[in-house]
Amino acid sequence: MADYSWPEASKRRYIGKSVSRLDGPLKVTGVAKYSYDVNRSGMLFAKILRCPHAHARITGLDTSAAEAVPGVKAIRVTQGVGTEIKWELDEVATVAAETEEAAEDGVRAIRVDYEVLSHFVTEEDRANAPDQEVAREETEGDPAAAMASADVRSKGFYGIAPITHCCMESHGQVCEWEGEDKLNAWCSTQAVSGLPGQFADKLGLPTANVRVITPYMGGGFGSKFSADRWGIECAELARQENAAVKLFLERDAELAVAGDRPSAYATIEVGAKSDGTITAWISESWGSGGISGSRGSPPVPYVFQVPNRKQTHHSIVINKATARAWRAPNHPQACFLTMGALEDLAAELKMDPLDLFLKNVSITGPRADTYAEELEVGAGLIDWRRNWHPRGDSGRGPVKRGLGLGLHTWGGRAHQSNCEVVIFPDGNVEARLGSQDLGTGTITVVAMILGETLDLPLDAVNVRIGDSRFPASGGSGGSTTVGGVTSSTRRAAVNALEQLLERVAPSLGVSADQLEAVGGRVQVKGNPARSLSWRQAAARIGPSPMSATGKNPGPGKLSDSGVGGIQMADVSVDVETGIVKINKVVAVQDCGLIIDMKLSESQVYGSLIMGIAYALCEEKVLDPVSGKMLNPDMEFYKLPGIGDIGELVVHMMTGPEYDKRGVIGLGEPPVISTGAAISNAVANAIGVRVPYMPVTPNRVLEALERGGAA
Amino acid sequence: MRAFEYANPTSIQDAVRLLGSNEGESAVLAGGTDLLSLMKDYVVTPGRLVNIKSIDELQGVSYDSGSGLSIGAVATLDELASQEAVHANYPALIQALDGIRSPQIQAAGTVGGDLCQRPRCWYFRRGFGLLAQMNGKSMVADGDNRYHAILGNEGAAQFVNASSLAPALIALGAKVTIQGVSGSREVDLQEFFRTPGSPGERENVLAPNEILTRIVVPAASGARNATYEVREKEALDWPLAAAAVSLTSNGGSVGQARVVMGHVAPVPWVSEKAAMALQGQAVSRESAERAGDAAVEGARALSRNKYKIQLARVAVKRAVLRAAGMEES
Repeated sequence: MADYSWPEASKRRYIGKSVSRLDGPLKVTGVAKYSYDVNRSGMLFAKILRCPHAHARITGLDTSAAEAVPGVKAIRVTQGVGTEIKWELDEVATVAAETEEAAEDGVRAIRVDYEVLSHFVTEEDRANAPDQEVAREETEGDPAAAMASADVRSKGFYGIAPITHCCMESHGQVCEWEGEDKLNAWCSTQAVSGLPGQFADKLGLPTANVRVITPYMGGGFGSKFSADRWGIECAELARQENAAVKLFLERDAELAVAGDRPSAYATIEVGAKSDGTITAWISESWGSGGISGSRGSPPVPYVFQVPNRKQTHHSIVINKATARAWRAPNHPQACFLTMGALEDLAAELKMDPLDLFLKNVSITGPRADTYAEELEVGAGLIDWRRNWHPRGDSGRGPVKRGLGLGLHTWGGRAHQSNCEVVIFPDGNVEARLGSQDLGTGTITVVAMILGETLDLPLDAVNVRIGDSRFPASGGSGGSTTVGGVTSSTRRAAVNALEQLLERVAPSLGVSADQLEAVGGRVQVKGNPARSLSWRQAAARIGPSPMSATGKNPGPGKLSDSGVGGIQMADVSVDVETGIVKINKVVAVQDCGLIIDMKLSESQVYGSLIMGIAYALCEEKVLDPVSGKMLNPDMEFYKLPGIGDIGELVVHMMTGPEYDKRGVIGLGEPPVISTGAAISNAVANAIGVRVPYMPVTPNRVLEALERGGAA
Repeated sequence: MRAFEYANPTSIQDAVRLLGSNEGESAVLAGGTDLLSLMKDYVVTPGRLVNIKSIDELQGVSYDSGSGLSIGAVATLDELASQEAVHANYPALIQALDGIRSPQIQAAGTVGGDLCQRPRCWYFRRGFGLLAQMNGKSMVADGDNRYHAILGNEGAAQFVNASSLAPALIALGAKVTIQGVSGSREVDLQEFFRTPGSPGERENVLAPNEILTRIVVPAASGARNATYEVREKEALDWPLAAAAVSLTSNGGSVGQARVVMGHVAPVPWVSEKAAMALQGQAVSRESAERAGDAAVEGARALSRNKYKIQLARVAVKRAVLRAAGMEES
């Protein structure tokens, strides 16, 4: 059987090196076309009429005036008279018109009467939530007895607000039919291969008749796995009008209904021995992801498997569109709740939290040794031992400085993936996968694996993804893509090379197993004198291209799952204004065998920026009075700029022990503990826990007023 | 946005005539950085935009050591920031300009537009009107008022004035010229702003067919001045509170003082009490703190904005210290 295993370190041409993103120049010069950029001849523009109320019943609907608006071609009512609308900006009707302006005028000309019903959007106030249930209740050991006998106990409240995905390219697509029963859809999606079935199901088509194309992708973060109601409406309008239709969400809808991360609130009590051994955990948490409740529950206590523990989570229903998977679903919340509670425990113990974490690292599970190593690396990079001070002991003057840390885990197991590698008679090589590049570097890592396996330069290989006609590959979620596509590509490339060598062998007078591809040539093993150039070798294929496939899962251990990472933050807090500034964030991360060092580091940099954003700025604000989102814009849905980020230091764990595990995904893990580390650093700086995230000036000042050391 | 007619007059007389006398039917277009987003969101739906950037009389920034600084209404923020004389005499203005962390707004936004921009109140921006009323009742008291007023909020208006430059300009004693169909008038900038008491009232004294044409700031004559903004982010963000001060010297102590706060009330908030606390005193950390305390006397917190009282207090203190060159690092 062919040897698919990754080459050993000394023989790697690309794997583990820093290769710049191949599509970077195309993106920054505007050559790369996103789905949003697709324009078709005769294309119509669609816009959606959305309900302005958080809870209402439609009692009347009249589209006649809208039909008369010049340029309006078609109107589809999505939810008609009698429908109960349960969240603000839910879809009521869609208008297709010759121009965006006409579509907007059409939307505004539709008359809808609503009976406004009562709403509930303030899930922190669990006592008044009309619709709630216990989502999870688990007990291990004897938490009550362990808590009672603990030498030290710490009890606190913690809350983390809902945030949105806020994709730069909003959700949407361009739909165009070929004849009456074939749909082409340019979608902004994380699931090129998964979407045709969704469209086909709703539109009554064979799945094979739907083609989804996603050349480039402007961000998803977990919110773009569905064809969505607006996708189906777009396709129906295109069918009805026999014209291409473009429908992308407006910014307000993108922020209000196209995905967000559930909130989490908790009261947590932790108990420990006086030497810092954590013995007991009791938590009662609650949260909401909208109309469908909490969407799971934060896995607390996070990473640290406290021997005696009880956790109860309540799912609250509120009048808001359903949450969607947000980069490491439930982990950032669980991490903040847990690391915050443990840092508070360390303060009670008058112990350095780094020592507390190291003391208890044995209860972190299979990655305990990795965490211990990473904590030491991180401590060195942020000079923890010199810079850390006991809580609140941070000197004179209004600006206080502090350090905090958190750690996290994630699976990242490789998804199912199929790859076809084609070698053309002129020597061109192409990999085809029904995958997608969310901006993470999928195109680049696939090219690297082709170049590595065939020993060709990267400009001699071509990667084609983003089309559902290519062999099916999994959706890009859960940090599963890099393992999936590199494994399937490796196997396909090894198979393709094997076939090529079979064809070439006779002309070099040896059997195929005596040949190797080295430095852009095919040669008798170890004998460059008996060789063909890659092009000469490819010419032996004959007139038709040669194709081989590979899939994941498949033979040979190429990937694994389960990573750990730690992050440490250094912040300054102005205790007169409550403003937090990031001085430095250090991330230490493992992810098995790293394909592209530069892209891996980039992934972590991006995560840290996203983590700083939700730690300090981002918050989906729902109005208790109207039930509406008050900040569905880029003005009060606050995001940091480059001046708010501080110094970022990324350290990837590498070496034979990591390499031998194979490839593991990296998309989610580094975003998980940034918030926790920052919150803990703020507590360390000002001497008191700011219980809420984002850590905004109002919350810092309120916490200080309740009792700080400032 | 609603389709509109575009007018491009070259004289003030034509501009005011084109504006007409009915509120909301037309709008003045200068930089457009606020107006266009209001129109896209259908918060305002004018049928006619009157571009005033083609009017010569509204252009330019000039400084004269006798008559002071004269700023045409359509001078851009960048234009103002590029003046040596402004750096030399009015650091309060430069510091306020620096707080507008958007190169696009700095390049396209105008000084007149900064003064005339509409409040950022999220109820207003989501279509509930300037007084944020639903079924005749203010939504702010029971709603999310974290960014709302702590001063001057006894009446119906709870929003805060969003101008970046107004606190500094008022502290520096600026006057504005307003021109209408029947001639022009000059008012203190402080008097330009007003707090609407009922729906339909605007947040300044401009009639629908009037234009703010020029801003004149008296010569600084050695008065020390500064602005301090409390902003959450380095990136584009509205201050949570701001203060501008102007102090003249009388020997080793403060002679005349002007203290104006921004983002705390429906109008730029002039604090006579803070000024009194400074006059006749040497500037020190203690006197600056007393001025800060005096500035928020009588402040009334809503359910979620008590922190802004502290921020306003600190903004005043730090503006005083900054003006005196005693800023804490």
